[in-house]
Amino acid sequence: MDVERDFLGSVPYFSGLGAAELGAVRRLAFERAAQRDELILAEGEQPEALYFVVSGAVKELKTSAEGKEQILRIVRPGESFNDVPVFDGGPTIASAVAMGPVSLLGVSRSDVESIVGQYPRVALNVIQLLGERVRYFVSLVEDLSFRHVIGRVAKLLMEYAGDGDGPRPRLTQQEMAAMAGTAREMVGRSLKALEDDGVIRIDRHRIVISDREALREMAGVAP
Amino acid sequence: MLFEMPVIDQSRCDGCGVCITVCARGGLTLVNGVVAIVPGVECDYCTMCEAVCVTGAIACPFEIVIEGL
Repeated sequence: MDVERDFLGSVPYFSGLGAAELGAVRRLAFERAAQRDELILAEGEQPEALYFVVSGAVKELKTSAEGKEQILRIVRPGESFNDVPVFDGGPTIASAVAMGPVSLLGVSRSDVESIVGQYPRVALNVIQLLGERVRYFVSLVEDLSFRHVIGRVAKLLMEYAGDGDGPRPRLTQQEMAAMAGTAREMVGRSLKALEDDGVIRIDRHRIVISDREALREMAGVAP
Repeated sequence: MLFEMPVIDQSRCDGCGVCITVCARGGLTLVNGVVAIVPGVECDYCTMCEAVCVTGAIACPFEIVIEGL
């Protein structure tokens, strides 16, 4: 019990609460475990609880009608998910899937309401967290709506492609993101889109440009 | 066959272990509180370990090549 209480003390939601208050929150929380690829929450369902990741990682995703998966966010230990539906009462906005063995603490919607009502400090923390979440999604919308990211990634691939005459620097998706001025998730999505279009092929640790002309066009680079 | 593996910077690892839980191949472990590669594991280079690492201790660099060159 103390382990979970200590965990809750490290969660931004409950920052500023004392040991007795954390103990009260812990008594309301329930444990849940999930295995790799297990669906924890399904998009569209009624929100039952707010979840905190104790260990492991969870991906929040949307699935298109064609079955294409779009990861919105990776939830790491100490972070929460399903916040928005729990607070606004609307349906769950994204599915949540375990990325490996996951241990969670959940708090039911009605208990979340009573905690927030009882501890004004938690209400302030929630406002701050939801504010951060809005900033995150606004930046994601910027990236998605301006559609420049694929072009920037394409340009970067053109610039860094080895032409066979000596070694070229190897790039992580994090580095590509920093260079393209976007989030790592957007680089992943762009690479996937380029692969789906047959412009590149991802062969383990190699990105093979299979249609140089198409990539050049996407990059807006003159031949 | 040699499999390309993620590059680990143990000095940046805080030992949280999240990367270990997301690795479908069981390719990562903790040694003395920091992440290490399990020898002999066939990494499929999904890069999820890099994606979940908040300290930048894991890197999955890509070589970019033009087909046929």
